[in-house]
Amino acid sequence: MLKSNQTNQHPTLTGAEILWATLAGEGVTTVFGYPGGAILPIYDALRNFPSIHHVLVRHEQGASHMADGYARASGRPGVCMATSGPGATNLVTGLATAMLDSIPLIAITGQVSSKVLGSDAFQEVDITGITLPVTKHNFLVMRAEDIAPTLREAFQIATSGRPGPVLVDITKDAQQATTAFSFAAARPRPHRPHPMLKAESSSIRDAVELIQQSKKPVILAGHGIVESGAEAEVLAFAEAHQIPIASTLLGLGAIPAAHPLSLGMMGMHGESWVNNAIQQADLLLAFGMRFDDRVTGNLTRYAPNAKKIHVDIDPSEINKNVHADVALIGDLKEVLQLLLPLLNSHPERSEVSDARTQPQPSEWLRTIDASKGTAAVRDIINLPDNGHLYAAHVINDIWHEAAAAGRLEQTIIVTDVGQHQMWEAQYFKHEAPRSLITSGGLGTMGFALPAAIGAKAACPEKDVWVIAGDGGFQMTAAELSTIVQEDMAINIAVINNGFLGMVRQWQETFYDKNYSASPILSPDFVKLAAAHGIAGANVSKRPEVTPTVTKARTSNKPFLINFQVEKEDGVYPMIAPGAALHEMVRRPHRDPLLPNPEDE
Amino acid sequence: MLHTFVALVQDKPGALTRVASLFRRLNINIVSLTVGESERPDTSRMTIVADAPENAAHRIRASLYKLETTIDVDEVNRADAVVRELCLIKVAAGPNEPHGVRSRSQIFEFAQVFRARVVDLAPESVMLEMTGSASKIEGLLQVLRESDYVILEVSRTGRMAMRRGHHTSRVLKALGTHRLSPSDFPTLDPDALPEDETLPSQFDESEA
Repeated sequence: MLKSNQTNQHPTLTGAEILWATLAGEGVTTVFGYPGGAILPIYDALRNFPSIHHVLVRHEQGASHMADGYARASGRPGVCMATSGPGATNLVTGLATAMLDSIPLIAITGQVSSKVLGSDAFQEVDITGITLPVTKHNFLVMRAEDIAPTLREAFQIATSGRPGPVLVDITKDAQQATTAFSFAAARPRPHRPHPMLKAESSSIRDAVELIQQSKKPVILAGHGIVESGAEAEVLAFAEAHQIPIASTLLGLGAIPAAHPLSLGMMGMHGESWVNNAIQQADLLLAFGMRFDDRVTGNLTRYAPNAKKIHVDIDPSEINKNVHADVALIGDLKEVLQLLLPLLNSHPERSEVSDARTQPQPSEWLRTIDASKGTAAVRDIINLPDNGHLYAAHVINDIWHEAAAAGRLEQTIIVTDVGQHQMWEAQYFKHEAPRSLITSGGLGTMGFALPAAIGAKAACPEKDVWVIAGDGGFQMTAAELSTIVQEDMAINIAVINNGFLGMVRQWQETFYDKNYSASPILSPDFVKLAAAHGIAGANVSKRPEVTPTVTKARTSNKPFLINFQVEKEDGVYPMIAPGAALHEMVRRPHRDPLLPNPEDE
Repeated sequence: MLHTFVALVQDKPGALTRVASLFRRLNINIVSLTVGESERPDTSRMTIVADAPENAAHRIRASLYKLETTIDVDEVNRADAVVRELCLIKVAAGPNEPHGVRSRSQIFEFAQVFRARVVDLAPESVMLEMTGSASKIEGLLQVLRESDYVILEVSRTGRMAMRRGHHTSRVLKALGTHRLSPSDFPTLDPDALPEDETLPSQFDESEA
């Protein structure tokens, strides 16, 4: 394949070979994709690049979610590929999912030959036009010599600043043409100068002043902490100044859940003390989060007494939803490294310096702690078995089983979207970054199974659990076959309540219990797994949960557990749309999980 | 309120779509958009006038800057920039018009007062060309209408804006002087620039 060029010391390769050589040069070892007509030259050249493993998916949506899960688990960009037309359009949901959650992802699509572009050729679709709003950037490549520089630029764009998905559409004739290839010569030019990646010194001073004056500060920990790798800095900051930390859904795991300053998840299904602390705070330190409507509730009554310091790498997030009193634009880790010494050296903080050596909970921390009251004690662990199996039981026991086996930091939970996702966030205590993979911004049902395949490909040594509802699991269940073909030991927990649970809960609360199109019939999931050669078990009793989870975890093979749980359980607390953060709908009295006050 | 942005963008297929799509996504109406070659090769300069709430300007500018094809974005107001628009106006001026044969000389008078030029004369119509601020153009249109002239066609370019005086944004300073072509700029490593040139803020109001 490598013919030496007479006039050049660089080898002459086809565009397809250049694509693989460039991917290999960028450190790619795994690609998720599905072949087809317009990308056949690329698939033909794959055999010459044994360092790259190609995972054949069952649907291109799965390929984009796998690349996404791979990126979330590893921190490295995930790569997916598909053919033109329907192959490319099937990637769109995965690209939008990655876009909303700022995930570095490279999507490569075949395109019809440049000669027939725009002629409605067979399987031609304007995929760069279609994906414009759901990618950070996209390219159409029509010449072999542009493939390597474009791909390398795509990697740079996907991973720099606020990460995101980049699509590279390559025409078939560009894949087939030959040209000289040099990986080094295709080096992307240094990124255009970014104007704002240094926080202003005056803003830093303002921030220091606000922090020093604050009596009731709360840190809002977002996904940016993990993207920036600022976990240690955030913790050092919080510990030095004894500031409690509330997490967004994607921020879970950035700070160990067991840390005394960690409050838990905020927002629509956040615990009451977390949301109340935010509403009572006099200072919010937003670290790499974007004040999504799911965490703020009613914006006009959001944290009314709090000044806001917003640290984000994306200037367009500042003042988008919540007015920032001080905006620090830049990489969170770098901003905190600037802030930390200024705060510690200030004489007025000397008492805090004492607190650092001998932590004394401040009045503010004691207030929050006291506000937990019985709300914190939805004590599932010690609850006697009343014959009902609740999803919360299942999540708690999966967590407890991993913790008991000392595998907590070696466990990645990949959730789908809906009630089980919120229960997971409430009851599984994440101690390590990248240990929870979930579609936050877009809320993509069907995400869990393919994303887990990506996560397992990135981290084969870790225990990977899919936690999915019976609805979302059926959206992408075809990827069970991929698990078997790839021989991946992924454990699957289907939380089966016979409903599209979150839809049902909203219908119960806001639509007068009109359960329109929310009851869902499912196949026998254990038999479905068996049809794929995957072992499985049905669980409907609490005592069976832990032994079955252990069996799945230690089987070293894929294992599916169908948890038949209570049908009409709800996620609480809950903030209705339009309500303020402290106006929580509490768990109804009839809840058998809570001790009934009238019995006491 | 109206915001005027001046953006320097790479002259590549789809660059205009990316800008237009951004405004559509933000649900902001573009009042006018002009685009043409700039002093830099392979680089276009756009003037975008958008109708958006007062506090939206920062976000629009930051979002424009997020586009990979954008090199620099500036927001200008009338005080610190020259804003011009070109307009072609075709007025009915045949012998059967209400003003009859006198109509043409009155149109020429208006043109003189408003510093417009007559660029075409036909048996039934006169075409005027006018450059100026939007309000001046509207002034001429209004006086024509109020004088019972029938305006057959109006074509306006939309606003173009340029900052007054010597103005180089920090971004452009880092890119080097305008003699450099865009294909040269990316080889400039911003990290290698002297400390005070390292672009702390594109959005710094004090830049001049």
